[in-house]
Amino acid sequence: MAGKKLKAWGEAGPSLSGTLWKLGVLGTVDAIAVTMIMVLVSQELLTQAVLSIFVLLIVNWIYLRKGGLPAKYLTPGVLFLIVFQVYVLMFSGYTAFTNYGSAHNGDKGLAIQTINNAAYRIVDGPDYTINLVKDDSDGSRAFLMTNNIDGQVSIGKDKELPVILEEGKYTLSTECADKYAEDTVNCAKAALNADGYTTQDVAALSEVEKSRYLAIRVLTDPENPNVGIRTSEFTIALPSEATLAFDEKTDTFTALVDDEYGNFFAGDVFKPAVDGFYRIDGVLENAKLDGGWRVEVGLANFETIFTDVQLREPLVKVISWTFMFAILTVLTTFILGLFIALVFNHDKLRGKKFYRVIMILPYAFPGFLSAYVWVGLLNRENGFINTVIFGQEPGSEANFPWLLEEGPARLAVLLVNLWLGFPYMFLITTGALQSIPSELNEAAEIDGASGWQNFRLIKLPLLLISIAPLLIASFAFNFNNFTIIYLLTKGGPSDSGLTDYDVGGTDILITFVYKIAFSGTGQNFGLASAFSILIFFVVATISLISFRRTKKFEEIV
Amino acid sequence: MSLTVKKRKPFNIIRWFLTTGWRHVVGLAVCTFAVFPLLYILSTSLYPNNDINNTTALFAEISLANYMELFNQESRPFGRWYFNTVYIGIIASVGSVFLSALAAFAFSRLRFKGRRPGLLSLILMQMFPSILGLVAIYSLLADVGRVFPILGLNSQIGLMMVYLGGSLGAGTYLMYGFFNTVPKEIDEAATIDGASHARIFFSIILRLVAPILAVQMLLSYIGVSSDFILASILLSDPNSLTLATGLQQFISDPYSKDWSMFAAGAVLSALPSVFLFLALQKYITSGLTGGAVKG
Repeated sequence: MAGKKLKAWGEAGPSLSGTLWKLGVLGTVDAIAVTMIMVLVSQELLTQAVLSIFVLLIVNWIYLRKGGLPAKYLTPGVLFLIVFQVYVLMFSGYTAFTNYGSAHNGDKGLAIQTINNAAYRIVDGPDYTINLVKDDSDGSRAFLMTNNIDGQVSIGKDKELPVILEEGKYTLSTECADKYAEDTVNCAKAALNADGYTTQDVAALSEVEKSRYLAIRVLTDPENPNVGIRTSEFTIALPSEATLAFDEKTDTFTALVDDEYGNFFAGDVFKPAVDGFYRIDGVLENAKLDGGWRVEVGLANFETIFTDVQLREPLVKVISWTFMFAILTVLTTFILGLFIALVFNHDKLRGKKFYRVIMILPYAFPGFLSAYVWVGLLNRENGFINTVIFGQEPGSEANFPWLLEEGPARLAVLLVNLWLGFPYMFLITTGALQSIPSELNEAAEIDGASGWQNFRLIKLPLLLISIAPLLIASFAFNFNNFTIIYLLTKGGPSDSGLTDYDVGGTDILITFVYKIAFSGTGQNFGLASAFSILIFFVVATISLISFRRTKKFEEIV
Repeated sequence: MSLTVKKRKPFNIIRWFLTTGWRHVVGLAVCTFAVFPLLYILSTSLYPNNDINNTTALFAEISLANYMELFNQESRPFGRWYFNTVYIGIIASVGSVFLSALAAFAFSRLRFKGRRPGLLSLILMQMFPSILGLVAIYSLLADVGRVFPILGLNSQIGLMMVYLGGSLGAGTYLMYGFFNTVPKEIDEAATIDGASHARIFFSIILRLVAPILAVQMLLSYIGVSSDFILASILLSDPNSLTLATGLQQFISDPYSKDWSMFAAGAVLSALPSVFLFLALQKYITSGLTGGAVKG
């Protein structure tokens, strides 16, 4: 039956305008994709280019062939899902088993580049004002260099001697080559463009392109390949001497000079070590070169979580507060919301609509703004709460330290979350209360139940049946309620005196993990991802339980 | 409308208080709790003397100076942020609703291999809290940005794509439910009349669920425009910031805190969201009991 229907759909041929639309959209997508693929090719990222061509061909096949209707509707969404959810999930999973972080932030090629780019010292010689160019004949990258002293213009390519350009083969800028020249009329001018070369706009260059220009060493002495003219910021190039030599065949760095801090000496050989660094002879205990790459570390991150002594104390504290925070938030918001719902669940009460609109304002107000507003209200010296409501002296340091000490800060976080969350609970409990059949109330009254008995034995159990899944969802949500904690207190007040980790009194797991991943010093993505996976399991378990219970509840009702 | 005429009892304040009066007292108390932070921010925004956190009583002085000043700050281009937020919000919400609708149409109307597993994995993927994917998203954009700066870090297009990708799972699942409420007989009839699948999708199904689509777009707009985390990690250039990340600048720097300016900005930023929210109250509350929690 279904198959037949599908055929029928295919048979109804598309209209002309429909086909034109389709071709138009597909053509635009193709044009953009082809441009991007050309950029990939020009930057020598061939794997990525081939992969993109492959995906592009599949997409075109899906839309140009007859039939295969589901794919036509699913492809756009699926592409986005693959990139932003499937890939993200898999990447997080994989990262948990690596040492990815600020010290190991890419693959080995990137690490070699980083090391090479940092391993030089400036030597005597003329300095040059440069523009980045590409040779039109073979696409190779080069410097268009103007000697700041004699104004001579030359083209410098990697590992080659500079080629001097005759006058007339280049155009000069109107400004001085030397930006600090005193005589701005007679000074040497820098070459801007040269015949046969295309000048690149530095601001528009991608990081990959920039790093290729950073790698250029223009020779000054054919006998000494270790001295070359290099640039570090794309406008000036200086003769520099390499302090390390990389040998691709043996995958080693050799020190050419002594390290100025005495960590290694000329002649030391650095080999890749298992921890993702180049170390002397590849031995773990030896000195390393800054700039590591990402390596798989097995279960090391999980081991850290469960065994690191430095981590234990803060972690226990953070976990217990996370549960406390989530449970207390659900309880307080639910109780207040339910109380208000009960109070207002009265037929003769007037102005219910008015109250309702006012009361849901905290819920309607954007959450991030609420947090900021409360930061202002709770300010110790001049906050509205301290000075106006509690009548403390404005500007006094002796006022109540709402967000500055652990106990008060926790109280404040709960208070703010109560303010944010009670309207939601009010709305859902009102809905649930109204769905309880009024016959039940009447029957209870006739049987002589008191108001309290009626509530506790009849309304509350019925209410919980429909509300329980939402309470669990609210728990799961608050378990990971990053925004409120981070914007109110940043997890503080900090007690970093405790350990190496950046942890504070109101940190919940998710903010703690965020700090591990993104806080200023020592970003550790691997460890953060390992935590993420554990949190995912906690939340997924809770959600699954709630799903299953919902089904059970449905069976009961 | 009862026909029996009851004899009106004389007004008794004690009885009134015991039945409904006390409820008003509770109502007023709760309303005060709910509304005073908002009145505070409104009052601060109207308070012209902007050097300190407002410590006087509410609405002691009223002036629009802060609002004027807000649009004249070069280092904190509020107008620009406002535009960015609206622009990113509209594109991301319209885009995600449209892409979700496409996928939901396939799940709801077509039968194909992998349909059930597809739906199931959508539910599963929703459970992964998006904030836990931050590291992956950050490094993904950093890598892409190394080659295509326009799609990388500090790019609004990159951010929009992240929003789009992030909301697709939940959006598709919701939309799937809506599409199922449209009777299949309608599109069968259209097929017999010779309508192509595209016509059925665009001219029939989308039209029929248009009100729901609109509500969904507005809700998604509210969500996107109040996102702080992703925007704060991915955007850094002052001109590209959204309100959620930009407004923070008024209060984060301890040396140039400007509460009045922040308050004025907050009031202006919150207005569209609050207005949309109140207007959509009915839909939102019915969605709430479906298990949605606001982020």
